[in-house]
Amino acid sequence: MNGASHAGGAARLEVAISHKDFAAADGRPRRVLENFELTLAAGAAGAVVGPSGCGKTTLLRIIAGLDRAFSGRVSLPEHGRLGMVFQEPRLLPWRNVEDNLRIAAPQASEEEIAALLLKLELDEHRKHFPGELSLGLARRAAVARALAAKPALLLLDEPFVSLDAPLAKELRGELAELIEEQQMTTLIVTHDVREAIELADEIFLLSARPARVCASLSVREPRQRLSKQAADALEAQARAALDAIPRR
Amino acid sequence: MIRLASLALLLLLWQAVALVADPRYLPGPVLVFAAMLDEAKSGALFTHLGITLLRVAAAFLIAMSLGTAIGFVMGRRRLIDRLFDPWLVVLLNLPALVVIVLAYIWAGLTETAAVGAVALNKLPNAVVVAREGARALDAGLDEMAQVFAMSARARLRHIVLPQLAPYLAAAMRSGLSLVWKIVLVVELLGRSNGVGFEINLAFQLFDVHLLLAYAIPFVALMLSVETFLVQPFERRVSRWRGGSPRGRDFP
Repeated sequence: MNGASHAGGAARLEVAISHKDFAAADGRPRRVLENFELTLAAGAAGAVVGPSGCGKTTLLRIIAGLDRAFSGRVSLPEHGRLGMVFQEPRLLPWRNVEDNLRIAAPQASEEEIAALLLKLELDEHRKHFPGELSLGLARRAAVARALAAKPALLLLDEPFVSLDAPLAKELRGELAELIEEQQMTTLIVTHDVREAIELADEIFLLSARPARVCASLSVREPRQRLSKQAADALEAQARAALDAIPRR
Repeated sequence: MIRLASLALLLLLWQAVALVADPRYLPGPVLVFAAMLDEAKSGALFTHLGITLLRVAAAFLIAMSLGTAIGFVMGRRRLIDRLFDPWLVVLLNLPALVVIVLAYIWAGLTETAAVGAVALNKLPNAVVVAREGARALDAGLDEMAQVFAMSARARLRHIVLPQLAPYLAAAMRSGLSLVWKIVLVVELLGRSNGVGFEINLAFQLFDVHLLLAYAIPFVALMLSVETFLVQPFERRVSRWRGGSPRGRDFP
């Protein structure tokens, strides 16, 4: 796996959703997203941060093409150039880790798959079935699968939720490295401001329902060199911005 | 081991009852075995067993493949399901005998009518089970396949069939026992060979030796098909469930 093989393969992401409604139980439409606009340059890493239940997953599903019932426009990368890490790993339980990668990314070579498994410390688990993996390992496998597809756009939906803190931190570090290395456009959805700062160049802060982008922050320095103080300052800034968002 | 002992006990019981019963009504195992040997020597036993087995296989394959396809569509398309569900209920409750007699009247005493009637009896059962399986397909995996732009073939092979397999194995098990019982009735009513025909002959002659000489090897054959083909298939398709349940996403 080297960055050169996908140089120039990254896609620019443009999202302009005028509104997205869900039918509520009482039959009246419930607005989830409104005037939602977001742009991410090719190769950039963005993070969408917002309170739980504000429509972040809905947004990712729209971008992934899984939900087409909305008004607006989303620039999708060409067919087969999308990678996604769902909240639940969604591995095929009847195939081992290695086969899960092969099946989702038939275009990846054996060497690439082996390199990815090594990178994500899944090497000794490559013959294991998903049912034999811990949640942390299954998440790693899901990340490896998304990367094996060499996506032009990588989408991550709270990929570290319900992992214990040290494990989440370790995985975040690995993911940040991989994102940097592969130069693919990445959008990560999270409720954790610190996580967003560690992973993204651009951070989009969302309002409560109906969600729209209320503020955005740029992480100017390269992530690897981001000092703790700088990260703390950014976090304080983001929290202040989130607090300033009027609750509806 | 216990199963073998249980079978031996049954054999012993049979022998004990046969000792006091009139051998015309219940011959002992030894006498039946002798009759079996006679039929085997003439080759008739194997011919009839083979013909019946072919009919079982043909009806079973037709019912399973057609039933799975119909059931899958009904499980995935709600309109089609609602449209044809009443037909399914009618077919499920139609007595096997009615289907068989109608098939013979409409298509004549032919092989097509015989195999078709058996398949039609098994069909609704296969449809119901396949429909259940199709309804239970994991939507999350479906979305995963869509995001990763998996081909239709890859989805069928790696996502749909592994999820349907346990249902198909269940349908096969119940289907096989249903089919081989109905095949005998079909043969008895309108065929001039096969185990069912021989049983009819034994009935006319009031010959319990002959009846058991055909019935026992046939039951043994079907039980071995189930033990050595169907059950290993069932184990194979649920092999992946063997791992520890820790961190598993799908029950």
